[in-house]
Amino acid sequence: MSELLLPPEHRYAKIIKEKLNDDGSELSILNLGPTHPATHGIFQNILLMDGERILEAEPTIGYIHRAFEKIAENRPFYQITPLTDRMNYCSSPINNMGWWMTLEKLLDIEVPKRAQYLRVIVMELARITDHLICNSILGVDTGAYTGFLYVFQFREKVYEIYEEICGARLTTNMGRIGGFERDWSPKAFELLNTFLEEFPMAWKEFENLFERNRIFIDRTVNVGPITAEKAMAYGFTGPNLRAAGVDYDVRVAQPYSSYEDFDFIVPVGKSGDTYDRFCVRNAEVWESISIIKQALAKMPEGNEYHANVPDYYLPPKEDVYHNMESLIYHFKIVMGEVPIPVAEIYHPVEGGNGEVGFYLVTDGSRTPYRLHFRRPCFIYYQAYPEMIKGALLSDAIVILSSLNVIAGELDA
Amino acid sequence: MALENSDIQNKLTETFGENVFNFQQEKDIFSFEIKSDKNTAVILFLKNDPTLQFHFLTDLCGLHYPDNDENHQFAVVYHLHNWYENKRIKIKAYLNETPSIKTISNIFLSSNWMERETWDFYGIDFIGHPQLKRILNMDEMISFPMRKEFPMEDSGRTDKDDRFFGRTTTNL
Repeated sequence: MSELLLPPEHRYAKIIKEKLNDDGSELSILNLGPTHPATHGIFQNILLMDGERILEAEPTIGYIHRAFEKIAENRPFYQITPLTDRMNYCSSPINNMGWWMTLEKLLDIEVPKRAQYLRVIVMELARITDHLICNSILGVDTGAYTGFLYVFQFREKVYEIYEEICGARLTTNMGRIGGFERDWSPKAFELLNTFLEEFPMAWKEFENLFERNRIFIDRTVNVGPITAEKAMAYGFTGPNLRAAGVDYDVRVAQPYSSYEDFDFIVPVGKSGDTYDRFCVRNAEVWESISIIKQALAKMPEGNEYHANVPDYYLPPKEDVYHNMESLIYHFKIVMGEVPIPVAEIYHPVEGGNGEVGFYLVTDGSRTPYRLHFRRPCFIYYQAYPEMIKGALLSDAIVILSSLNVIAGELDA
Repeated sequence: MALENSDIQNKLTETFGENVFNFQQEKDIFSFEIKSDKNTAVILFLKNDPTLQFHFLTDLCGLHYPDNDENHQFAVVYHLHNWYENKRIKIKAYLNETPSIKTISNIFLSSNWMERETWDFYGIDFIGHPQLKRILNMDEMISFPMRKEFPMEDSGRTDKDDRFFGRTTTNL
């Protein structure tokens, strides 16, 4: 058992003994988590508290560690996509596409423009759901349940689009090397258009509920601020870093999947507090909507949805049944007997919470020699104890939820 | 003026000579190796030099090469990023079979947990780390699970015969 779970010999015990307040009251230990309804995931923090003020925090992580990196070393490449789903499960398509793009970089595969645009659409939808969950749950944690109920139905609508594209909803396992497993159906575009019609109105109303709300502002402004220098030192990326005023976005810095074709701004905050994080995410949702609209408008003609790479892309099922050649290819791809060059690759994508990176080392065999996921949550969660130092207990909950730490990504 | 690979290479060889070697462009990333005892010096130089300015640690992870010779059994890989010039580099430091390397957590705060993770999974000792203990696995664990000799599944299991799935535990 972890030493932290043994109360009498706890490392705070000495501090408590030495520090008696004048009025005789003493410091106390509070065990926040591992399963607390307000923490949205399995996070344990042992807090040293003076009344309601947090003096120190000791996080313990790893409660849902599933050894993805080890499993990945024993699986052929296409079987690793389901693992990437389960990291940031609020925006799994981004992880899926990031993984395919890593492999495409490794194999030098050029993806057709239309497939790239489709990928951009699905990645931006994922970003919308990610930010939508984070911001609406932040509302719940500050006591505003309505907004959450109001926008959450739109996550459902996005999941219906995913379902139309790949058949799954939460853990999508979407795509293939070189593109998608099938072309998007007319129904998918229909659902997408309905979403684009209805969602902005709801999101505007959601914003109106919060942005100038006195209670919300009191609860979030100057709560858990972090300076740009500190945020960079702690390895922040994504909306949490941008809220501190640094406009680093992988989509702009190293455009992938034709992001350079679209016109969007990178919203930044100023003080890096909870309110700024909320506003940056809100603004990013608007940018995502605009990117999806641009992608739909610029979508090239035709029905190309994957690159012509028979070595890596599964042949159509009817050919597999009737055609020897296709059957052989099908078998080889499923068993992972495809040519893989020896290389070391790092590919970053802009995930919901920051730079999701895939560091892939291959040795020519059918499995990765080493695969390391750069998980933004894992890296920035280490700033959490410092961010909540001196804050109230209720602020700690709000800060955690505004950082959008996803347990699956934290623990991998 | 954009930061060129040759600028980085020249600057580093000028300052560190033989300790920095094997420069190459791997796909889209410029990479090189360093002697493991020079890691803090090189990384601090890369961070503070006014023209290089690699001020952001993107990633840090370990690797295990059981088939290599005894001085190249483990490796620690650093990915640094210069946002001003938008330039990424990868630094690799090989370690021997009792792996230990100096911590860079005093240079980049973010490396604190990444080094703990590397210790947790590979048993690479980061000298001077403020709190080097397990992070994702439980404290009582005695092995280092990402080392290649560590089997992925419990070898005592009989319900799952890997031969039937086209793979064996060593994946050969």
